[in-house]
Amino acid sequence: MAAVEEEAAPLLLETRGLTRHFGGLTAVDDVDFQLPTGEIRAIIGPNGAGKTTFVSLLSGRIRPSAGRVTFAGQDVSRLKAHQRVARGIAYTFQITSIFKAMSARENVMLAAQRRLTKGLIGPPEAELRALADEALARVGLAERAEEAAGNLSYGHQRLLEVAMGLGLAPRLLILDEPTQGLSDEEIAAFIDLVREIAQESTVLLIEHNMHVVMGLAERITVLDRGRVLAEGAPEEIRADDAVQRAYLGG
Amino acid sequence: MREIFRPDGGTALHLGVLIVLFALQFALSDYHHINIARIMVLACFAMGYNIAFGYTGLLSLGHAMFFGAGLYGAGLAAQFAAVSGPGAFVIGLAAAVALTVLAGAVALRTAGVSFMIVTLMFAQAAYLTIYYFGEFTRGDEGFVYPDAMRTLFGLELIEPTVRYTVAFGLFAICLIASFAVARSGLGRIFVAVRENEDRARMLGYDVYRMKLLALTISGAMAGAAGAAYGLLFGYVGASFANIEYSIYPLLWVLMGGAGVVLGPLLGTLAMFYLVDVTSGFTTAYLLVVGAALIALILFFPKGVLGTVREKLGARGARWLP
Repeated sequence: MAAVEEEAAPLLLETRGLTRHFGGLTAVDDVDFQLPTGEIRAIIGPNGAGKTTFVSLLSGRIRPSAGRVTFAGQDVSRLKAHQRVARGIAYTFQITSIFKAMSARENVMLAAQRRLTKGLIGPPEAELRALADEALARVGLAERAEEAAGNLSYGHQRLLEVAMGLGLAPRLLILDEPTQGLSDEEIAAFIDLVREIAQESTVLLIEHNMHVVMGLAERITVLDRGRVLAEGAPEEIRADDAVQRAYLGG
Repeated sequence: MREIFRPDGGTALHLGVLIVLFALQFALSDYHHINIARIMVLACFAMGYNIAFGYTGLLSLGHAMFFGAGLYGAGLAAQFAAVSGPGAFVIGLAAAVALTVLAGAVALRTAGVSFMIVTLMFAQAAYLTIYYFGEFTRGDEGFVYPDAMRTLFGLELIEPTVRYTVAFGLFAICLIASFAVARSGLGRIFVAVRENEDRARMLGYDVYRMKLLALTISGAMAGAAGAAYGLLFGYVGASFANIEYSIYPLLWVLMGGAGVVLGPLLGTLAMFYLVDVTSGFTTAYLLVVGAALIALILFFPKGVLGTVREKLGARGARWLP
């Protein structure tokens, strides 16, 4: 496959010296990371490598011990999680986190509502509903809009998470192990979905399933014990000795 | 607005309840006439509590201080500054809102059990403050709300018909406001905060501010109820700021249905008459109340209307927001 040389896209996200200690453990250790606009990037690494901690630092769910996060050219290190969401960083949870008692539609409406609220005046319900239904249709849940989110199958709940991510209209969509627990069929559909999403957003993906990673990611960052072990195109990563030893079990 | 008050079963049901309550005054005996007026004012207190607890999941044990702030704000203004109805009501309401924002800003830094304890502490401090200034507040004994000040734009609030109508007016405002919150996007955010705070935050909502907003609406309703209570029933006393008055709205809401607009009314009504009727038969009426609460938890774990709503499914959600 011939590599097409592209002009370097502007950076959407950058971290410098990002570090997080939990007591004596350094979960994320001095990570410098760069993510250009429009890319699909996968983060892989063995269990306990600090992947979820790393993206939690990006989304602001936890505070760094040291280092900076720059998003779209602005330092967001001091912003709270909800403020970063407003800037365009969306995070979908590793463990499905939805509003179970609400309908699928309401879940997505909540995602879109804040963005469309001006001052205290929320958007008209009809507009919000249409937006929600559109996002649900994109993930293939259009017929399930009325169902209580808690009654959806696990695979559908994962898709609802993604629909909520879409409802936020993010510039960066962080997916934390999105295909965990999905069937092969669902995974195939999911890969198509992420490709489509990537037309508009930059996607950062934590994933264990190598088939998904190799099929989707333009570049891969390998974390091991909180540090960046390697970074490169999928074929480079596959060929990398250090990665083989640390992760792929080679 | 058009979306909230759309012509459907829910709007019709709540409008129907208002019409029945208004019409009831022409059919009631004197005894029940004043009871229902009292229940409507106390239901405003409960509806306020419902916004915080039922919709937003804030289990406060300190709402007596908001009710008390309204009661004393109005009562002291009438007693010492000769402020009549409307002014005293506004002063009571403002006192309650100010106290809510102040106590809320601190208490909302905690959550769960800590929040319960911090609100309880605030309320106890407020209760003891009333005793500390006993010279003015008359502490436990309380004082009679000056009759001359119990007027509203020339109307005598001592008059049963006026009293009932004013109580009804306040009730209608609180009910319509609750209905609007429950059906609006704001209500959806409150419920989101209750159901899954972390997720709400990751959808970009400032959870702390949303809680403070819910608590402020809640405290405003509680304070309005307190101010109206003094004006309409003519007595101001520290017992209304006691811990019992933090527990009552919780019980009323739990009984009627937390997170249901009509729940507080039903709960207040049921509990009031449960005590009223049983205390006519036995001095151990609290035993009966206790048994009723146990039966409620067994058969209506989500309160009467909460359980009814669940049984009705999608229709329930439309009819009982």
